[in-house]
Amino acid sequence: MDIRSQISMVFHLDKCIGCHTCSIACKNTWTDRKGAEYMWWNNVETKPGTGYPGKWEDQEAYKGGWEKNGDSLKLKGVGKVKGLKKMFHNTHMPTMDNYYEPWTYQYEKLFDSPEGDDQPTAEPVSLVTGEKMTPKAGPNWDDDLGGSPEYARNDVNLKDLSPAERETMFQLERMVMFYLPRICNHCLNPACVAACPSGAIYKRGEDGIVLVNQERCRAWRMCVTACPYKKVYFNWHTGKSEKCILCYPRLETGQAPACMHSCVGRIRYLGVMLYDADRLKEVASCDEKDLVKKQLDLYLDPNDPEVIAAAKTCGIPDSTIEAAQKSPVWKYVKEWGVALPLHPEFRTLPSLFYVMPLLPAMAQINDDNNYHNVGSALWDDMDNPRLPLKYLASLFSAGDTTIIGNILKKLMSVRQYRRAVTVGDISWDDVDKIMLESGLTPDVAEDIYRLTSLARLEERFVIPPAHREEAIEMMEETHIHKGSTGFGFMKKPKRGL
Amino acid sequence: MNGVFFFIVLPYLATLSLLLGSIYRYRFSGYQVSSLSSQFLESKQLYFGSRPFHWGLIFLFFGHLAAFLTPRAVLAWNQVPLRLYILEFTAFAFGFIVLAGLILLILRRIKTKRLRVVTTWMDIFVYIILLTQVVTGLWTAFFFRWGSSWFALVLTPYLRSVFKLNPEIAAVSQLPVAVQIHIISAFILIGMIPFTRFMHFLVYPFTYLWRPYQQVIWNYRNTKN
Repeated sequence: MDIRSQISMVFHLDKCIGCHTCSIACKNTWTDRKGAEYMWWNNVETKPGTGYPGKWEDQEAYKGGWEKNGDSLKLKGVGKVKGLKKMFHNTHMPTMDNYYEPWTYQYEKLFDSPEGDDQPTAEPVSLVTGEKMTPKAGPNWDDDLGGSPEYARNDVNLKDLSPAERETMFQLERMVMFYLPRICNHCLNPACVAACPSGAIYKRGEDGIVLVNQERCRAWRMCVTACPYKKVYFNWHTGKSEKCILCYPRLETGQAPACMHSCVGRIRYLGVMLYDADRLKEVASCDEKDLVKKQLDLYLDPNDPEVIAAAKTCGIPDSTIEAAQKSPVWKYVKEWGVALPLHPEFRTLPSLFYVMPLLPAMAQINDDNNYHNVGSALWDDMDNPRLPLKYLASLFSAGDTTIIGNILKKLMSVRQYRRAVTVGDISWDDVDKIMLESGLTPDVAEDIYRLTSLARLEERFVIPPAHREEAIEMMEETHIHKGSTGFGFMKKPKRGL
Repeated sequence: MNGVFFFIVLPYLATLSLLLGSIYRYRFSGYQVSSLSSQFLESKQLYFGSRPFHWGLIFLFFGHLAAFLTPRAVLAWNQVPLRLYILEFTAFAFGFIVLAGLILLILRRIKTKRLRVVTTWMDIFVYIILLTQVVTGLWTAFFFRWGSSWFALVLTPYLRSVFKLNPEIAAVSQLPVAVQIHIISAFILIGMIPFTRFMHFLVYPFTYLWRPYQQVIWNYRNTKN
């Protein structure tokens, strides 16, 4: 067993209010630079919608991710042989037009314009060419189903839905949506790493964060094509690829990443997951219907004494094991089983999990024009919800609606249980019946409720210490450098020739 | 033309520049060597320009290399006129493909406003020297037949004499101007490789072909087994 630890995330979709505060926190911290203006390492999409870059989920067009090749795996669009053929033109790489051309406004005109008959205006100018332009698309122009004929109707995940189901989804009075915040998934089987001819992209052993070495990147752009989530971006100014770094400078000092820390809805959770790296290949190359289950099986129980002993032999520090035991991700993903990875069929084994959105799926308008969301009638609606389960299944379970249905039942039973506790208009018999069906106990329902609604900062983000002190000890004899802290870090001071 | 400068001094300068410049650049900023791709800003026209340009160039490069390394084989091949025609026609066709690709690339540069932002003076130099090289090459092939044969008879001995540090420029100095320009601009191109995006062909990532797909880097790892 080769046990490794992976910083993993859970985003609770029922709690996301689509405010884009995460995107702004990230943008201001990392990508407000020349060449990076168009990048949104963190972005929030409205679903149904085409997302950013447009239709990124359509791997027939973008050729991202892995595909099964017998018992093994191969990259869909690039790789060792295909990369050779695409050496002179990276055929399926998105261009700036697939994202958007970034722009700003001539604000100074508002102040500097000479006196005249007209109000001065701040016209939009391109941040690439500096010339005047008319913005025609932006990273979230599909927000709240805006322009839905162009965006929502072209959602890739509608492919499994019948025309009738689509119509139901889009009837104005039943129009349904939820938000999908996305960052880099810091996958266990990253396609970007595998695609990089320069070997510039790597996964950090200690915490599994995937990074692009800016020194080594030689602008092959294979990673941009390879990442099925389109979360590696090409900086047109520096000619290097960049991606979400999971705010590792913050993580190493015990702070949550900027997007998570700033989250207004407190939808984000971060913690450690232990997994067996020896089984990666087997899991990533299994049949599509087993993908979700197999990936979830890959994670090891941090409370199991055998796992703890094995983890220690694999060099995982006690503090990391302790963090794994308290990990909110472990609870949502494994203990309670209410969170799933996004598009598992891309076979990159993402480390970001989503708790299914319940409200858009279950709320129905009754004949009396009221929202109908309590009582046993709901379970009848499970097969005919406002948001077709097939749609969620296309996003989170490679098409398996049973997994989605079970999760929605669990989440609904938590609500029923709390409703019985706080309002008391549901009989405990009904609650017991629902709980039995969903497989939750009142204790677990209470735990889910607490972590979902009341959790404090340190419960939502259980960050293991980075142990930089050990990293230094591996590299040099620390006693030699006693008393010289701060000198010779980048380059040793040295007497000349 | 000043034969001593262009055919004796220049080739040695170019070789020196190529060797020292490449080693220096590779040693001190090796990972900054790239093709400076602008595909992200414009992809469609690049497809029709870059691919024919590069594949054609690779053919022409190996064609010239063959004439330099195995002149006798080329001459033997050319003894049958039909074979000579096939060789000359193929080479000319590839030259034409390169020219077409190059013109598309230059037009793309000029037409697309976004690309001006990432275009440097070195890029313009690269386009000029490539255009000179391809046009004089095609000119030579068309007007001074049959190039593949007299290359082996005239240029190969000259180039070999340069390599043997005993340059004989008598024959080369008598060549038509177009051919001389072709040779001179080739030397300039070679000499400028370390200072332009030309250098990207020297950093092909061979190790990728045998390294495992996944890369994990540890800061520290205290494994106890």
